[in-house]
Amino acid sequence: MIRQGHIFIASPLRFGVRVELERTLASMTSSPGQAEPENWLVPFGRLKRIHVARFVVLDDPSLRDRIALAESLPVTEPVRLAFIADYDGGDAEFLEALAVVAGPGLRKIFGFCIDFEPRTDLIAWMRAHRCRTAANYINWRGRGTRQIAEEAALHRALRAARLAHRTEDPETLWPILAQAGQAVPLTPLQKMPLLHRLGDIAHFLLLPVLALVLLPLIVLGLLPFVLLLRRREKTDPVLAPVPDRERNRMLSAQEDHDITNQYSAIGSLKPGRFRRWLAVVILWVIGWGARHIYRKGRLARVNTIHFASWTFLDDRRRVYFASNYDGSREAYNDDFINKVAFGLNLSFSNGLGYPRTDWLIRGGARREEDFKRYLFHHQIPTQVWFKAFPGLSNYDMARNARIRAGFEARPRGRALRRWIAEI
Amino acid sequence: MNGRREMKGLGTDVQALVGRGFGSLGGARYVLLQVAQPGAARAWLRSLAVTTLAEAEARRLERVCQLAFTAAGLRALGLPVDDVPGFAPEFLDGMAGDPSRSRRLGDVEESAPEYWRWGSGEAEPHVLLMLLAGEGDIAAWQDAILGAMPPDACTLLRVNDASGPVGREPFGFVDGVSQPEVDWEGTLRPGGAKDRDYRDRIALGEFLLGHGNEYGFVADHPVQRGIGRNGTYLVYRQLMQDVGGFWDWTARIAGRDGAVALAERMVGRGIDGQPLPELAAHGLNGFTFAGDPDGIACPVGAHVRRANPRSGDDPQGRRGFLRDVVSSLGFKGTAIHDAVASARFHRLLRRGRPYGAAPEPLAVIAGEAVAQECGLHFICLNASLARQFEFVQGSWIASPYFGGLSGEQDPLLGNRCPVRSGQVTDAFAWHDGDGNPRLVAGLPRFVTVLGGAYFFLPGIGGLARILEDAP
Repeated sequence: MIRQGHIFIASPLRFGVRVELERTLASMTSSPGQAEPENWLVPFGRLKRIHVARFVVLDDPSLRDRIALAESLPVTEPVRLAFIADYDGGDAEFLEALAVVAGPGLRKIFGFCIDFEPRTDLIAWMRAHRCRTAANYINWRGRGTRQIAEEAALHRALRAARLAHRTEDPETLWPILAQAGQAVPLTPLQKMPLLHRLGDIAHFLLLPVLALVLLPLIVLGLLPFVLLLRRREKTDPVLAPVPDRERNRMLSAQEDHDITNQYSAIGSLKPGRFRRWLAVVILWVIGWGARHIYRKGRLARVNTIHFASWTFLDDRRRVYFASNYDGSREAYNDDFINKVAFGLNLSFSNGLGYPRTDWLIRGGARREEDFKRYLFHHQIPTQVWFKAFPGLSNYDMARNARIRAGFEARPRGRALRRWIAEI
Repeated sequence: MNGRREMKGLGTDVQALVGRGFGSLGGARYVLLQVAQPGAARAWLRSLAVTTLAEAEARRLERVCQLAFTAAGLRALGLPVDDVPGFAPEFLDGMAGDPSRSRRLGDVEESAPEYWRWGSGEAEPHVLLMLLAGEGDIAAWQDAILGAMPPDACTLLRVNDASGPVGREPFGFVDGVSQPEVDWEGTLRPGGAKDRDYRDRIALGEFLLGHGNEYGFVADHPVQRGIGRNGTYLVYRQLMQDVGGFWDWTARIAGRDGAVALAERMVGRGIDGQPLPELAAHGLNGFTFAGDPDGIACPVGAHVRRANPRSGDDPQGRRGFLRDVVSSLGFKGTAIHDAVASARFHRLLRRGRPYGAAPEPLAVIAGEAVAQECGLHFICLNASLARQFEFVQGSWIASPYFGGLSGEQDPLLGNRCPVRSGQVTDAFAWHDGDGNPRLVAGLPRFVTVLGGAYFFLPGIGGLARILEDAP
């Protein structure tokens, strides 16, 4: 089983370089926001370990909400350039491989940041500017890029054979398919190393153990917590302005070029320690759940997210949310509202201006129009977005893994029919 | 509260098309106009007797006249729609107004707006004047109406004729069988995704602006001077159908004797509109796909399944509080069976009609009929263009990934364009009568978009406000 890493590197921009930076980033794309895999600066396609990656200018148009809704928060925050990637393997190896493949390009791009000089040590700088991600979701833990590529190739080969013999019955078809699949190399799937498994178990136990140890405090604190929460839920201001059409056109131009889309959103937390620490605890629990509960294809009932992450910025005054999801933005919002409103409310309700929730999980995203507007208000363009497997949805990847499993253990009877139907 | 009485009050302020399809009136003209001189246009349009739902309910009508406007049309009439809060951004942009929208709707290559006969650029209509009457009467009525139009009011962009039989589309299939049951009486108390079982009855606010929708809210609409109240958005697309190509292809794949059976799998209903027998339906619409999650009976990619997946908010259905919670947390069921849920937020009222002379399928299969141009004037009504029409068209019909599939678009409506990575979208998978999985590739394009626009079909009060002369 492959271990997967996630990195978030960010640094403030130099003054006045924004236009040139955006022009440089646009030169890496083939259509708005879509990275050319072999682009001249960071040829993501050559780093066989990357699943998704992006460069995004963290410019927060919702900062001005603070003037009306949160006087205690500063009116400005730095505009940063962020590089975010999800990949196979350890962080150190990833950064080294990245520097080997794209050293000069990265130096050019990070050169737009305030403290990146021509002589700066690239890898040390990237390490120093790494932000810890508060919660990270991986659709299928341990499914690496090689596995995805090989299983997709197997599916292609089997499908071609199936189409060439489309009137055969299942029993006659099996040897033909078995033969066709032989031509595709399949690297055996690795098991998780013992040390990693122990680490995982220890991390899993952390939540129940902490809950047990802190039980008396939790019981004591429950009533004051509920009182504080309810008072805030009833008075926190809501801000969900009507979408600007021009901005919507600009964001739409980056979307729906492939089944998978990128999503970037940024916003301020509600002011005060209560919301800040609530957000810290909730995101930690979401991260724990993503690591131990929602490991294989589903985040509660949402099946379309490949990778998603929440990262605190500016001393936890702001959160940046990055996602890679299948389908249109409308369909993604639809999933949020109809399938996991409770989860969205938990993670987003600490955001300034979020639609009114009740008891942390009710209301909120269920207020469809306000919720969509709130999301839109905080969505920002992703200047360069790369996905290693264009055209493959989460359903495809899971299906391809099932096809491989069937290929390696000959199914019979109804199972054989079901297997063939998936090809 | 007497819901029926309330509904009757509503009927006088709603254009009749919202409640009726008028299938008995076989003649239809879709008159597309451009405003020439706003004052003259307003005066002339005011003189037209627009049919209300109340009139249609009171007696059998011989003639029905309906009026709708594009955003460009409202601008031309002098209504500053871009500054009137509440109009949907999709309506203001127009169906052909943004390449991102065209990409999402599948309006690319031969179906791209640049090739449309109407709806794009200079050929964008302002006003849709819809005339419905008996087949013997429609031509004379059209002449009378257009003959009375002052020359400085509007210019005639195009008249689209529909032809009978209403309720059968040109490939030969009975059409318009499944429509949502509109909750005119307001008996529903919806409040978001909590109806785990499928239901056909849908909140009025999904089709009429100013009323509660399936989320339990009154959605944004132009409230200024009541312009938006009881109005709706009308989507009009002219779809040319290659009837000869369709039956040639099905006969080539499945043989002359098997062509109809294959076509029925592609549509997901019998050619006579009957549900597929394995679904054990009660009547034409008394079924869901809950018992057929893998599409053994009705293929997952079939047209009716895409257009109306009949899914509740949770594929597990209602199973009691605790088990519902378990299901909501994703601990029950499988991802692929949960790919399409909550269909009720995406329902459309369909009011389309065929055009051209469609040949009989059996004659085409036998090579005895030469197909002339024919197709469908697809018309639907909805309160949210983004969440209803555009979602159904983009995420369900045109998408090769509907329901967790890949490589398949709607077998009838798909454009067959490869996705960006080069993967094909021209396949169709189904199970034959013995339950064996079958797969074909290379489906040709059977349907091409020839034109289209988003219109606003106002309520009667809203229409009067739109057409009144500025004080």
